[in-house]
Amino acid sequence: MRRFLAILIAASLTVAAAAEIEIFSWWAGDEGPALEALIEVFEAKYPGVTVDNATVTGGAGVVAKAVLKTRMLGGNPPDSFQVHIGKELIDTWVIADRMEDLTFLFQEEGWFDVFPADLIDLISTADGIWSVPVNIHRSNVMWFVPAKLEEWGISAPETWADFLAICPAIQANGVTPLALAENWTVSHLWESIALAALGPDDYDRLWTGELAFNDPKSVAAFELMNDVLACTNADAAGLSWQQATDRVVDGEAAFNIMGDWAAGYMFTTLGLEPGTGFGWAPSPGTAGVFMVLSDSFGLPKGAPDRENAINWLRVAGSLEGTDAFNPIKGSISPRTDSDMSKYNAYLQSAAADFASDRQVGSLIHGTTANENFMSSFAQVMEILLDTGNPQAAANAAQALALQTGVGR
Amino acid sequence: MRRFTRDHLTAVLMLLPSLIMLAIFVYGFIGQTVYFSLTDWGRDPAQALAMRPERAFVGFENYARLFSGILESRFRQDLVNLVFFTVFFMVGTLGLGLILAILLDRGVAGEGFFRTVFLYPFALSFVVTGTVWRWMLQPQGGVNLLPTYLGMPQGEFAWLTSRQQIWRFDWNLVPSITALVVAVVLLAVGARAWRGAHRRRGLSFLVVGIALGAWGLAGGPGVELLPFPERRGFNLALIGIIVAAIWQMSGYTMALYLASLRGIPEELREAARVDGASGVQVYRHVVFPLLGPITLSAMIILGHISLKIFDLVWSMTGPDLATTSVPALLMYIRAFRANQFADGAAIAVVLLLLVATVIVPYLWTSLRGEVRR
Repeated sequence: MRRFLAILIAASLTVAAAAEIEIFSWWAGDEGPALEALIEVFEAKYPGVTVDNATVTGGAGVVAKAVLKTRMLGGNPPDSFQVHIGKELIDTWVIADRMEDLTFLFQEEGWFDVFPADLIDLISTADGIWSVPVNIHRSNVMWFVPAKLEEWGISAPETWADFLAICPAIQANGVTPLALAENWTVSHLWESIALAALGPDDYDRLWTGELAFNDPKSVAAFELMNDVLACTNADAAGLSWQQATDRVVDGEAAFNIMGDWAAGYMFTTLGLEPGTGFGWAPSPGTAGVFMVLSDSFGLPKGAPDRENAINWLRVAGSLEGTDAFNPIKGSISPRTDSDMSKYNAYLQSAAADFASDRQVGSLIHGTTANENFMSSFAQVMEILLDTGNPQAAANAAQALALQTGVGR
Repeated sequence: MRRFTRDHLTAVLMLLPSLIMLAIFVYGFIGQTVYFSLTDWGRDPAQALAMRPERAFVGFENYARLFSGILESRFRQDLVNLVFFTVFFMVGTLGLGLILAILLDRGVAGEGFFRTVFLYPFALSFVVTGTVWRWMLQPQGGVNLLPTYLGMPQGEFAWLTSRQQIWRFDWNLVPSITALVVAVVLLAVGARAWRGAHRRRGLSFLVVGIALGAWGLAGGPGVELLPFPERRGFNLALIGIIVAAIWQMSGYTMALYLASLRGIPEELREAARVDGASGVQVYRHVVFPLLGPITLSAMIILGHISLKIFDLVWSMTGPDLATTSVPALLMYIRAFRANQFADGAAIAVVLLLLVATVIVPYLWTSLRGEVRR
């Protein structure tokens, strides 16, 4: 009996030594290797701690977030989980008092000096700092194939007026001027168009509640959106965003507005060279503005292994960690001191823009509005697609903003 | 006497575990969902995902908003989609299943092979079916290319992405339409009871049916859902989803019908033939009436599958395409993406009621039938 007990104790000690932390994310598939690179950095720094890489597949985390919410409501949080910075972090988790303040970590690691102040604002409230950003993506990018544009005798439009002007000529070639995919990419297009139509100041005022969605200025954005939709493919609803990118690469479409994960897709998956295989420009009318979205990791209250979870966050925000993760993920580092030689030509140009451009937040990727508004905005886009009536869509957006408390 | 009590005790003990499980995990959670649907859980983001959410009781406010709130138009279109989907899915699956069963029943060569082939789709999950059919229904490929093999022009129909809507009606007419449908059912049931020996029950059914019908014909006075007309109708994009669902389930109804056909004694058919009935007449007057009970069972099974449909639509058109969406999808999105748990619960309860309208009358009649026996 005594011997049995001794074995039991020994066994439990070995279990305790081999600690395991659970990192929850939706980075499977194409994005999996980037996360694994980050995990390798962590496991090298903290031998004896293994990472349970709990990913739930599904684009933009639509399934993962649901799983996470049921776990959190059931009182079973992971040690750390992926969350978009901005309102998705603040208005879902921080406001519900489920996160731990990480100000101490930012002080210990000297992160106040290396993360841009605007970025820290997006993860902070008056009471603290709530997550560690690991990457920066840009939402407002227009993609094309330079050789094809030359062949058709056009250049990347700088404004939407230019785009609408060349649209009929492109269509006459039997080419779709702008490739569009399923519903969320319509919302994605909208945020770039709204930014162009309103300018960064008024765009920001939409999210503070100072500018109404049915204000004539905002309605003009919906009208522009309606005009642009006339230049898109009719079968958009059946395509994934990758298929829309494929159309541009294959020369069936001239342009595509997508976040810069499209660069990762074309560079890593399709093996195209930035600059020659594919080209990019800020989406029309948004030069000098960087619409930002970012993934981060936070520390939920009640994390099973708090100490190692904090160590994970240390690595996630470290120079070594971010520079291992981002070149593979196809995003830039949120840190201002990263080693740019590790990044490809597109990412270098994005980093330069990020440092110099005015920054605004993305709606559909969680930065500027709460999840209720963000989720239901799909309905506003459906109204526009269905009725082709910009005023009706704008009215619906405003009613939705009031109901969900945007800017409160 | 002593043996009776012990038997009794054993029976109770045997049933107790499953009764307790059912009470907690089925009826307990139904009760909890109904309660949540009557609260404001989710409206205050600070409480939506709090450790111990505070929920205020708001009565039927969530339901009222779903059926008559300006912003909840998607829920109403989803309901309309669901009704159309259910009707076409049931008719298609039962019809195709019956035809296949009759063909196989006529003794074709290699019957076992065909039976397996037709039954196989049923073994797939809806996610697999959905993914395969999404590929086949791509606008520029798959099914649309079929005519080109016969030298005809390529099909142009946008299977899953069409935005065309036909058979449009005003949502405000829904209470009247519902009342009329229920009235017709009540009148039919009442008339049957009247003709049988249950005159009194028949009479009460008839009176309620006539009253409801009159209210419906008058345009449903006293109930106004929306202050303006809202057009709802049948989205052509649903056709692709209906086709995939029929493809999956018709093999199953074929198996049901085939079993039932085999159960019909050959003597009955022979007797009919001796009486001079033609082939069609044998089916019309002998075989089909005997298939009634299995049709009812199949309708119950298909009905509840179709009302709960989620995975097929998700895998074919994703969570956000409003033209093909159904309430179960919206329930998931409202609850787990928008954090509106009370809204999600309310949609769940509406779905439960819909399923109940299919299943409860069936249980009622079949249980009464058993008691009588």
